[in-house]
Amino acid sequence: MNIIVCAKQVVDISEMKLDSSTKKPILQGVPQKISDIDKNAMEEAIKIKEKNGGKITVLTVGPTDAKERIKELLAMGADEGVLVNPPDNPDYHVVSSLLAGAIKKIGEYDLVLCGEASTDMFSGQIGPRLAGLLNIPQVTYAQSLNAEKEKITAERNMGDKLVSEESTYPVLVSVTKEINEPRLPSLMQILGAANKPINEMTAESIESGVKPVVDTIELKGIPMERKNIIYKDDLDESVTKLVDSLAKEGVLR
Amino acid sequence: MVLVYSDDKKIAFELLNKANELAKDLKTKPTAIIIGKPDETLAKEYISYGAENVIAAETDLDNFKAEEYADIIENIVKDTKIETVLIGSNKNGKELASRLAGKINAGCVIDCTDVYLKDKKLTVERVVYSGNAITVEQFNSKPEIVTIPPKVFDPLPKDEKRKGEVTKKKFDFEKSTSKILNVQDMKTGGVNVEDAEIIVSCGRGFKNKDDIKLIQDLADVLKGKTVGCSRPISADLKWLSEDHWIGLSGHKVKPKLYIAAGISGQIQHIAGMRDSGIVVAINKDPEALIFKSADYGIVGDLYEVLPKLTNAVKQKLG
Repeated sequence: MNIIVCAKQVVDISEMKLDSSTKKPILQGVPQKISDIDKNAMEEAIKIKEKNGGKITVLTVGPTDAKERIKELLAMGADEGVLVNPPDNPDYHVVSSLLAGAIKKIGEYDLVLCGEASTDMFSGQIGPRLAGLLNIPQVTYAQSLNAEKEKITAERNMGDKLVSEESTYPVLVSVTKEINEPRLPSLMQILGAANKPINEMTAESIESGVKPVVDTIELKGIPMERKNIIYKDDLDESVTKLVDSLAKEGVLR
Repeated sequence: MVLVYSDDKKIAFELLNKANELAKDLKTKPTAIIIGKPDETLAKEYISYGAENVIAAETDLDNFKAEEYADIIENIVKDTKIETVLIGSNKNGKELASRLAGKINAGCVIDCTDVYLKDKKLTVERVVYSGNAITVEQFNSKPEIVTIPPKVFDPLPKDEKRKGEVTKKKFDFEKSTSKILNVQDMKTGGVNVEDAEIIVSCGRGFKNKDDIKLIQDLADVLKGKTVGCSRPISADLKWLSEDHWIGLSGHKVKPKLYIAAGISGQIQHIAGMRDSGIVVAINKDPEALIFKSADYGIVGDLYEVLPKLTNAVKQKLG
């Protein structure tokens, strides 16, 4: 079974700081990582390969330094990586077109796996958008998966409903964070990953002249104005003061 | 035309208000679509909430499938030369909008919290980086697809005197090869945190499932009686069902009063409650992030604070 895992390099939001005056995030110098839920997709791919055999290709659209991130996924168990350098300021149209073009170049595939959304932007657009471009069925928000030779069955978390769905191949599946616990590669696997191939492709060679249809024109901070009145001394006194304050705010009735 | 679609009519009513505003500026008509079995009552309702046209795309499909619905809307867009599509941002809506965008190479922005025209271009805002920033994005090509979460816009007042036209038509679509085997209701506690006026929330500071009673006791004496929680309590430990979960991937809430006990205040949680009125934090760690997002806080052990607070509120309210 040929599996393609789409993974995105993102800033590590837990390491991100906000500018104290503008409240804008400071993005420079923040460590990069593979978006958490894409690692769940990778883990699921490994489990499927262990059961059914096959090959796992990691596909990333990102800057050259994303190669280091791809190596982490090769260490987890992917067989090879493909990195596509996008033009400047890519939007979802550009990224999904490049992913679709790269997948066609990779050739035969049965399953495309991705996370339900990336931890930086959290749109969840790429998976279903890519499925639309490839014109294959999409099974989204999978919280459990059972891949067999001829079909794949998923339990989909739709918020208020749990939907069981099955599909034949090829199919695109997006997974949730709850589906599994991604493995940590051993030292041997990390060393071994250095010998696995990463194939770099240019945007031009895949989808010549692809241009964004949506431009990000501004990144704004979110002002958060809170009173920050913290009581930390005598507990009984703190509780009394708090309840008085809440009553004055008019939220107790 | 400005098109509105959601499988949740309440969101569609809200979107119709925005569609009216945009349509006025663009000198076109707000149009709602219904996909499914013929439903004249719903068509009339859409008109009374501001739709000037209703396109009733009749199908006998039993279940929503993004593949089939995207095909139908693609054909409506082509047929009627629609340029702007507003879709309700629930899980079905997001995957539908994204697939449709891929099929017609359209720009698409998910979960917009504002939509307007700037320099005659459709411009939208959305929250990114786990609720820490807003991007302003602008379409430079048509068609444009935007998804909008519930409660971002108010609906127009319902007016049954409004006039509108209903067009019934069958649109082609390719049958999806995927098969829905079963649909069941998620196990819930029957809670609706999104509509709650007061929420008392618990997090990883709770040591045992039974201790959540401390939260329930406080919620009971407060009007609203709604219990919420952060990710670990529902998604990981499963002490509470997911309808209690407040955060980036859980529910987004805006109660008048939000009390967070034993919640550290990671940005993913803040993303779910930042629009709350008054925020109260209880945490034994004075450095806990949650205090930065709180109006009032008590530094202390929640096992001591909560019973005292419950008592004090009870006395205050008489």
